[in-house]
Amino acid sequence: MARFNILELDRRFIFLMIFLSVLTPLFLPAPKTVKVSPEVKKVYDRIEALPAGCIVMLACEYDPSMSAEMSPVNMVVLRQCFRKNLRVLTTCLMSNGVSLVESEINLVAAEYDKKNGVDYVYLGYKPYPAAIILAMGEDFRLAFPSDFYNTRLDDIPMMKGVKNYQDVSLVLAITSTSGIDYWITYGQGRYRFPLAAAASAVMAPNYYNYLDSGQLFGLIGGLRGAAEYEQLAKKPAAATKGMLVQSVSHLLIVGLIVLGNVSFFVARRRRRGQE
Amino acid sequence: MDPVEMLLRTLAVFFTMAIFSFLWKDNMIYKFAEHLVVGISMGYWCVILYQTSFLSKMWGPLTRTLAGHPEGMPDRLVFVPIALGLLLFTRFFPKISWLARIPMAFILGVGSGVAIPLGIQASVIQQIHPTMAAFQPATWTGVGSWFNAILVLMGVVCGLAYFFFSAKHTGILGGMSKIGIWVLMIGFGASFGYTVMSRISLLYGRVNYLVFEWAGPLVRGLF
Amino acid sequence: MQRLLPRIITFVCGMFLAIQYFIPHKSSEKVYETSIDWLIIVGVFAIVLGILSLVTVNLEKIRRKSAGYRHAWVLLAGLVFMVVAGIVTGTGQDGLFLRLGYNAILNPITATMFALLAFYIASAAYRAFRARSVLATILLLSAIIVMLGRVPAGEVIPGIPWLTDWLINVPNMAAKRAITIGLGLGGSATALKIVLGIEAPHLR
Repeated sequence: MARFNILELDRRFIFLMIFLSVLTPLFLPAPKTVKVSPEVKKVYDRIEALPAGCIVMLACEYDPSMSAEMSPVNMVVLRQCFRKNLRVLTTCLMSNGVSLVESEINLVAAEYDKKNGVDYVYLGYKPYPAAIILAMGEDFRLAFPSDFYNTRLDDIPMMKGVKNYQDVSLVLAITSTSGIDYWITYGQGRYRFPLAAAASAVMAPNYYNYLDSGQLFGLIGGLRGAAEYEQLAKKPAAATKGMLVQSVSHLLIVGLIVLGNVSFFVARRRRRGQE
Repeated sequence: MDPVEMLLRTLAVFFTMAIFSFLWKDNMIYKFAEHLVVGISMGYWCVILYQTSFLSKMWGPLTRTLAGHPEGMPDRLVFVPIALGLLLFTRFFPKISWLARIPMAFILGVGSGVAIPLGIQASVIQQIHPTMAAFQPATWTGVGSWFNAILVLMGVVCGLAYFFFSAKHTGILGGMSKIGIWVLMIGFGASFGYTVMSRISLLYGRVNYLVFEWAGPLVRGLF
Repeated sequence: MQRLLPRIITFVCGMFLAIQYFIPHKSSEKVYETSIDWLIIVGVFAIVLGILSLVTVNLEKIRRKSAGYRHAWVLLAGLVFMVVAGIVTGTGQDGLFLRLGYNAILNPITATMFALLAFYIASAAYRAFRARSVLATILLLSAIIVMLGRVPAGEVIPGIPWLTDWLINVPNMAAKRAITIGLGLGGSATALKIVLGIEAPHLR
């Protein structure tokens, strides 16, 4: 009878373990606290300190493929803005995300009874993020002569007297791609406005150098960052619930790596002993 | 729940399973879903592009100018970028296909021209400044922060030494590039850890949909 | 003429926009604004060209009945469906375009494709992530520390939260800064080569 070799474990068995590690925690209570990092708190505090009526620009660049990570950030920040009676200007420079971002802003606006054109404006999509970011630095109308619903910006009450980035209090780029690079280089680099980023976890470690240099004043990294923000806003939702899933899955993957290494070295020592 | 909405969610679940079926092995249903989404995505892009870009950036200025009441210079000049854009299609006609190079030259020229000063400014100059924190006592908050500032300076210099391929990596440069690759490995390890986090989040999103947005309402509706 | 004219256009546009950054005069700002405006419009045509190319390639596949031509039908059907649904029912929340095409097809498929990677990254970590050398060990330890330190379960392990924060903010930050500076220098040098005509990808 052939001896069982743990290194030749069927990958489908690993797939099943991963699936169960994500499924099972869904039925358990979410963690009560998540340690809040300073880079997330800076974004929250800055928005919290804005007086009512200020404009916050949310540059959403994500699509359904990354919405599990990015939508919780957008939703919790939108809720904070509307709770504080801040006005919100939103764009979506990623083609597949246009309807997703539209549905999210409309959903949260309805919760707070906010009106399109008065309390928030959805500019929608235009291709070529770098060119659009540069154009908005001159005049929002240059990039977006009209909003997503084809209303001329000049006819929108909220846009009266709002010309470019100098008229918004801060820009938060909620981006699942390297689009943040465009915002840093072409937006903040040329027009010097307060910029923060909410990046997918894949991208987040790449932006700590910009945080250190002050080109970003805050950074929300992935679902973990969203959970921290939900904690600050005292509105635990999808991201907070996801932290238990993250814990179990990470422990499983770390366990698999350790098991893989131990088995590998044991097998290697055995092989060398036989030689 | 509205039965049509439930039906659409069930269809979404079918496509979710179609993609998950790849975990077992490549199959026809997976391939069907894969090709369908490319077509759907392109179609979606066409409609969104028409609605958000064609109408406001081209059709609007064009009709206003032709009707004799353009709004400023951009409206009057809209013929120029439209003509440039149309030149791109000459690539389908071999005899005049070289004309497509003109709009490409414009795109590359403008894109590169804008990128040169901004790239240097944002990615080089503004990054070098905080790297020198080891020599800026005002930025230190204690011995620890000074020590970290020195480590950052060393890490950046050695990391750059690793990327410097114009000289052989021996002697001092060799030592620096060795430290550089260690620092880079820590960075890549951190990125791997975060990537795991990201992918698990996405799977959580999908499983959450299956359990609470489809199975939950379905069971509640049936019983 | 066929090669010279594009080179001149690239050179003039590139030089002007590079220099314009340092001359914030009103008239130069106007030219800058116009250039960006034109770039957006020409870009839209470039996307249309890309979509047309995709359609032609797939039509050709069907005409020749080459390998996978049935999939080309599926792709084109999806594209035509979305365009027709967009025209007929509009892009509103109640239309077929959004409810069927976007919410029931595009959304689950793209989301699941990315979610699949969770399985493969776990399997790859188990099979290939080995401490075979010093470099591989550094990579492995860094990854494990970050994986533990960024979840609530790992935060209760003494020292791990501090170590994770230090790792992200010091060595990781230094590594990413070295890459950023390298990319900034390399990107700007490539852009300059394009403007000067030393590199001309559009003339190949």
